[in-house]
Amino acid sequence: MMMFALPALVLIPFIGGLAAWLVGLRGASRAAWVSSLITLVLMVVLLAQITISSFAAGAGAGGWFAHFSMAWVPMLGINVRFDLDGLSLVMLWLNAVIALPCVLLSARNVADRAGLFHCLLLATVAGINGVFMATDLFLFFFFWELMLLPLFGLILIWGDAGRQRAVLKFFLFTQGSGLLMLLAILGLVIVNQQRTGVITFDYFALSQTALIAPIAPVLMLGFFIAFAVKLPMVPFHAWLPDTYAASPAAVSILLAGVLAKTGGYGLIRFVVMLFPQASAHIAPLAMTLGVVGILYCAWLAVAQDDIKRLIAYSSISHLGFILLGVFSGTRIGMEGAIAQMVAHGLSTGALFVIAGLLEERLGTRDMSKMGGLWPAMPQFSALAMFFAAASLGLPGLGNFVGEFLVLMGTWQVSHVMTFFAAAGLVLSSVYSLTMMLRVFYGPKKTESLAPLGAPSVPHIAVLGVAALLLLALGVYPQPVLNLSVPASPHVVSIAQEQAQ
Amino acid sequence: MPIPATVWGVSLVASLLPLVIFCPLAVSIILMLTGGKLPARATTLLVGAGMGLCALFAVVSAYSFLSGPNSLGSLHVVLWNWMNVGSFNAQIALTLDRLSLVMMLVVSCVGFLILVYACAYMYDDEDIARFFTYMTLFVASMLLLVLASDLLGVFIGWEGVGLCSYLLIGFWYGEQANAIAARKAFVVTRVGDALFLLGMLLMATAVGSLDIPTLLAVGPHAAPRTLTLGMFLLLGGAMAKSAQVPLQTWLPDAMAGPTPVSALIHAATMVTAGVYLLARLHGLFVMTPLAMLACAIVGFVTILLAAGSALVQTDIKRILAYSTMSQLGYMYLALGCGAWHAAMFHLVTHAFFKALLFMAAGSIILRVHHEQDIFKMGGLRKDMPWVFAAFLAGSAALAGLPLITAGYFSKELILGSAYDLSPIFWAGALFGAFLTSIYIFRCVFIVFWGTHRTHAHGKSGLAMALPMAILSVLAIGGGWMEMPDAIANVHIFSNLLAPVLGALPEEHNTSLLILGSLVPIAGVTIAWTLWRPKGEAPVAAESPAIATLRADWGFDTLYDWVFVRPFMVLGRLNRRDFIDRFYDLVAALTQGSGHAVAKLQSGQVRRYAGWIAAGTVAALCLAV
Repeated sequence: MMMFALPALVLIPFIGGLAAWLVGLRGASRAAWVSSLITLVLMVVLLAQITISSFAAGAGAGGWFAHFSMAWVPMLGINVRFDLDGLSLVMLWLNAVIALPCVLLSARNVADRAGLFHCLLLATVAGINGVFMATDLFLFFFFWELMLLPLFGLILIWGDAGRQRAVLKFFLFTQGSGLLMLLAILGLVIVNQQRTGVITFDYFALSQTALIAPIAPVLMLGFFIAFAVKLPMVPFHAWLPDTYAASPAAVSILLAGVLAKTGGYGLIRFVVMLFPQASAHIAPLAMTLGVVGILYCAWLAVAQDDIKRLIAYSSISHLGFILLGVFSGTRIGMEGAIAQMVAHGLSTGALFVIAGLLEERLGTRDMSKMGGLWPAMPQFSALAMFFAAASLGLPGLGNFVGEFLVLMGTWQVSHVMTFFAAAGLVLSSVYSLTMMLRVFYGPKKTESLAPLGAPSVPHIAVLGVAALLLLALGVYPQPVLNLSVPASPHVVSIAQEQAQ
Repeated sequence: MPIPATVWGVSLVASLLPLVIFCPLAVSIILMLTGGKLPARATTLLVGAGMGLCALFAVVSAYSFLSGPNSLGSLHVVLWNWMNVGSFNAQIALTLDRLSLVMMLVVSCVGFLILVYACAYMYDDEDIARFFTYMTLFVASMLLLVLASDLLGVFIGWEGVGLCSYLLIGFWYGEQANAIAARKAFVVTRVGDALFLLGMLLMATAVGSLDIPTLLAVGPHAAPRTLTLGMFLLLGGAMAKSAQVPLQTWLPDAMAGPTPVSALIHAATMVTAGVYLLARLHGLFVMTPLAMLACAIVGFVTILLAAGSALVQTDIKRILAYSTMSQLGYMYLALGCGAWHAAMFHLVTHAFFKALLFMAAGSIILRVHHEQDIFKMGGLRKDMPWVFAAFLAGSAALAGLPLITAGYFSKELILGSAYDLSPIFWAGALFGAFLTSIYIFRCVFIVFWGTHRTHAHGKSGLAMALPMAILSVLAIGGGWMEMPDAIANVHIFSNLLAPVLGALPEEHNTSLLILGSLVPIAGVTIAWTLWRPKGEAPVAAESPAIATLRADWGFDTLYDWVFVRPFMVLGRLNRRDFIDRFYDLVAALTQGSGHAVAKLQSGQVRRYAGWIAAGTVAALCLAV
């Protein structure tokens, strides 16, 4: 059972997407929505099953829970190989938890070519699942592309004004950097072939070469830039605000909630774990850029009028902490970065749900036209306040755990950087509270805002669940911290044996 | 010193202690989940019951702790492990010792009285449920701050009270100004929170733990430079929370919230959190004389600046806000002198009389149609004799009228220790006391004497009168639990805290005491000569200097020009992100050059021939 569970995690959303497309061709748009919802529920059930059996079996050598391996292109040493460790498991859950409400709420109202929409959305989800498990570098690259390509279509067809420009930018940045990663993968494979005489794309087999190859720093840079663009790291962040703002609501949630984390995951798995020495060399640069990102993007967030752009910039600012933690070279910083990925996924995802609802009801994203919404929608405003508080790092909520641990890891490396990063906490309170001020406080600006109505029950339920998860992560983060320790690639032989 | 919870009394305290925090928290959650659907009567009953239980549990656990076998030590209740990564461990745990016991009693009992008062004050507000959601959440956070045994746990409460303060200042969200004041309060205190956080990181790295007993035991062995930096950072955090110069600008604006909020948060409890934190860590603080000196100077400057501002305010709540800053300055001065008893004693008496003053001010405001300008009041002595009596009791205690008020004894204790540090500090603090009695009695004489300038209506109900009566008694008599030997040998308060804070230092000569007693009387006399009823209605003095003084000595304007405006204006200019523009430029250049090159492909043979010729010439030139 466990053997096939891992590939099934990729196949289920993929096949479900195709089914949704077929259903959507003939039937009502509602039918496509239902079938895509069922697919995701199945995926969650499978994931729960995997989690339970992983815990029952306990972690194997080096912290790996489960393996799957099957030949794909034997001539080139390419396998369909999945391995599951605690980090993958946490990230897979994040993907499931974000994707479900994403379909439940925001994809519900898509009427135009709904089947295709759900097909593309689920293909992205499948790609993300693959990215979080693949340990064959070729397969990883395949999923990396599978995750991105459908997104271009989603934004291009269903996006808002300015989508063509945004997609072009998104495409150039991610594909350009993806190319660098492909070159780095091929380089690593060739160097390995010269050293050992074997052509293989296997993560574990390559980890030895990555450790000792003289050109390891160059190869590492190829991976680093691809993930840094995806995260994004300043100065490669320019694609993000445009893309987030132009995306349909469901895609914004997915992009901010999970896709950014594939960058963080990649940095951990394929930069820090694969090239420990080479990445230690660029750590000061990466951390500096992380701090610059925290401050610079928080400053930009304050100045925005478009609520989605505000959240987008705040998101980049928070992701700077991930860069700091991952490259701090300390265990506490790394765990903080992972906690931050989960918490940020939940809080930013929820903020995009809120922005989506506001846009749907008010017909605008311009905060200078909002104001005084609290009396019109009190519960919704209270929830917005909750997520604003989470986003400014209130202790007791998940984001604080991540940021505190990251700062603690950073402190052991550089005091100056920690001082600047802590200044980011002040700025995060400025933009979060400015958003609350402009949207919910003050007198009503326009009378047309009157027919707002109460948010639907699913909205309140989804936001409530996200709030509870953030609270749980904030007051009792230990299970996530324990689980999410990334497993090392340098346990080749045992992992290899188990996979066979 | 943790002890096994075998004795009945100990296990009683151990099980009651979490409940003290849980009661207000539960009320808050219930009110939050019912979302304002409860009728006002049910809401007030729920709040009264919850807070009553909280205060009752606090009193019972305090009593059984003090009568128990471990009354000199501390009781440690571990609730759960919060974060455990590598060697770093943070617990959610509560500690009851004599210091946290005093604070717990102040927060729960004064909090109970203020919430009872607030039930009457806010009864007709349609958002009463939301108000009490925030208020009870505040009390729970404040109690966590007081009782947490881990510095990181203290920080949960620390930020929790900050958030509740933000929510309550902006409670009447219809006014943009309230929301702006709320944001300002949060952001300015957040600067301090960031410093606090950095201080914790430093301590955690140097000591390996943030558990307060461990910190106090191991911390003094840390390198002196590390310790000094750490204490400076923590002091910065405490100062922002307590509105000390130069991070004081948020407190006067915070008066935008409903008056019970000002009484509870911005007078009796939250703003004193910094004082409590430093007293809690006094074992480390005493190792860093530089940080202590800085603390004393900050307190000293704040006393005088805030008293000067209070002297010229026209808004009754702003007078009280500046007086709060000034009184907190006394506590910081005391901490800087190492007089922990004096700081804590003044904290307690200040909680009594300042909460009382705000309640009385709130009753006045409610009955004169939400007028807050003292120059538009007048002659209210006859309209509301009981409120007048309460306000007078509070003012007398604030001014420190000798022997008959609580403020006198606590202020004398601080003045005495300031004299030990340096006579300059003593003289300044004494001058501050002089200004205090002038500005508060200026307020009393203008509001309660003279001719009517407004019409008072209604009556203050029992729920408002009773808390005021109790606090009046405490504001008058609360000081008798600690008196100098020259008057009477009573040291209940310092004996209570002695196991934690050490013995009280020696007494000072009586001449200081006599001077300290005469100054407030002189102040009241001057206030009477200046603002006694003189036939025509008094008017506020106006001049550019007074305007500056009234606007907090220009700090606000300064910060506005130095920090806020550059930040906002430059941010506005760079709203479209110059890095993004750079990529646009690259894109435009690529596109432009593409177009330019495309034009060459015109399809005309003679043009191609021309280019070929030109190229040949160029190549020949290069070759030659």
